[in-house]
Amino acid sequence: MTIGVKKVARPREMSFPESLYLVEIVKGLGVTMGHLLSNIVRQEGIKTIEYPEVRREMPPRFRGRHRLMKRENGSPRCVACFCCATACPAKCITIVAGESPDPGVEKYPVRFDIDMLRCVFCGMCVEACPCDAIRMDTGWFTPPDDTREKLIFTIDTLLEK
Amino acid sequence: MNGPLFDIAVAVARIAVFFAFCFGLVVVMTWVERKGAAYIQDRRGPNRADIFGIRAWGLFHPLADALKFLFKEDFIPDNAHRLFYQMAPMFSLAPAILAIAVIPFGPDVTVMGRRIALQIADLNVGILYLFAVSGMTVYGVVLAGWASGSKYPLLGGLRSSAQMLSYEVSMGLSLIGIFMVFESVRMSQIVAGQGGLLFGVLPKWGVFVQPLGFILFLVAQYAEANRTPFDLPEGESELVAGYHTEYASFKFSMFMMAEYLHMVVGAAVVATLFFGGWQFPYLRDAGFLFPGGSAVAVPPALVLLLRIGAFVAKVLFFAWLYVWVRWTVPRFRYDQVMRLGWKVMLPLSLLNIFATGLILLLLKK
Repeated sequence: MTIGVKKVARPREMSFPESLYLVEIVKGLGVTMGHLLSNIVRQEGIKTIEYPEVRREMPPRFRGRHRLMKRENGSPRCVACFCCATACPAKCITIVAGESPDPGVEKYPVRFDIDMLRCVFCGMCVEACPCDAIRMDTGWFTPPDDTREKLIFTIDTLLEK
Repeated sequence: MNGPLFDIAVAVARIAVFFAFCFGLVVVMTWVERKGAAYIQDRRGPNRADIFGIRAWGLFHPLADALKFLFKEDFIPDNAHRLFYQMAPMFSLAPAILAIAVIPFGPDVTVMGRRIALQIADLNVGILYLFAVSGMTVYGVVLAGWASGSKYPLLGGLRSSAQMLSYEVSMGLSLIGIFMVFESVRMSQIVAGQGGLLFGVLPKWGVFVQPLGFILFLVAQYAEANRTPFDLPEGESELVAGYHTEYASFKFSMFMMAEYLHMVVGAAVVATLFFGGWQFPYLRDAGFLFPGGSAVAVPPALVLLLRIGAFVAKVLFFAWLYVWVRWTVPRFRYDQVMRLGWKVMLPLSLLNIFATGLILLLLKK
């Protein structure tokens, strides 16, 4: 036996009615009409998700847009340690730290901006955070917007979620 | 109302009504195509355009499309031949509109003591006129392909000219049998000839006396209208969009209108020549006369409505058949199209003429 020679099955010869093509077209028309009628009768059988009204259920570990967590007293849990900004491969996190009014906390973020246009949704910031202050569990994408400025999310936007 | 004024009023009214009917159907067909395609492919199709919150299953989408095309930039590419580039959409749309003229939409009606044919022009060369006019369609496509000054449209135009010319031959020949059976090329006489019964049971429709001719004509017509499985001139997987690649805004919309008008007119022609036009099966002027001998009297107004309704229903069915076939059958390869046209359709249509002649000769003896 020769090595590397593989016998491939040839398509079988068409029978006479098949080679006429017309009979097969009529059969095909039957199939498409079946789909059409069953889809009209059972609209709920169509798998299309009508997006703005209906949203796809995201898997629980889906990395979506970020949110910042709050403490019990409502202040941000973030201590402006810059771990997330350092870990970020896209360099999309800008933090400006300030002295916290709360005596038990050293620093707090005066500014915490995420440039959603640069973010690659890798989740490194969430991994790096020592305080569990940033999460990506909102279960949804960054919504589209009409200017670039609106897509740089500030601390207020991020705390809302 | 006196003579000439009445005639002009009738002529204008007929043109307005039939024109409105065909263009209305064009608008509806664009919607039917999108929605039908969607349901055939297990999708939902257009359902977003709304007027005051009423969506009506996406019926307003043709309107939105038209508005969009009107407000788009009317762009002419640098390499295009400016005059011919702008002429091509008109050349494409005009033959389709001209073809409406010879289609009988209903039987003669008597208004104010005058007989009025429900047909814009009952030409004595009926079908020959139809062929002459539909033969001009290819100019629009070839002109668009050549004047665009770009490769894809040129290829599309070349394909289309070869394809349309080859299928025109078998299209013409497939109808010779119809002329032989009904002994006329006048559309109104062909329809009138289909009112009788065949073997006392079947309506004497073209499809029953010329089954092979019907299949050949239908296939040739799909090729003429550039519809799948013969849509090579605009094969989007190979030629972007074929001959209308470089067109935008309302010029593109005119090509689309021409395509859908071809579907509507083609459906009307098939219905007229092969499915009895406005003839309702077993319906005579006085009422139904069934093969068993039983008769049902029907008032004349209802007879007229039934007949026009029968015509509209046939047109709607064949227009839908275009859509239905498009979303069922894949596109042919180009050599397959040519082989089918010259090696299958042409000999079969010649055979059809020969067989029809032989049978007619034997029946006369």
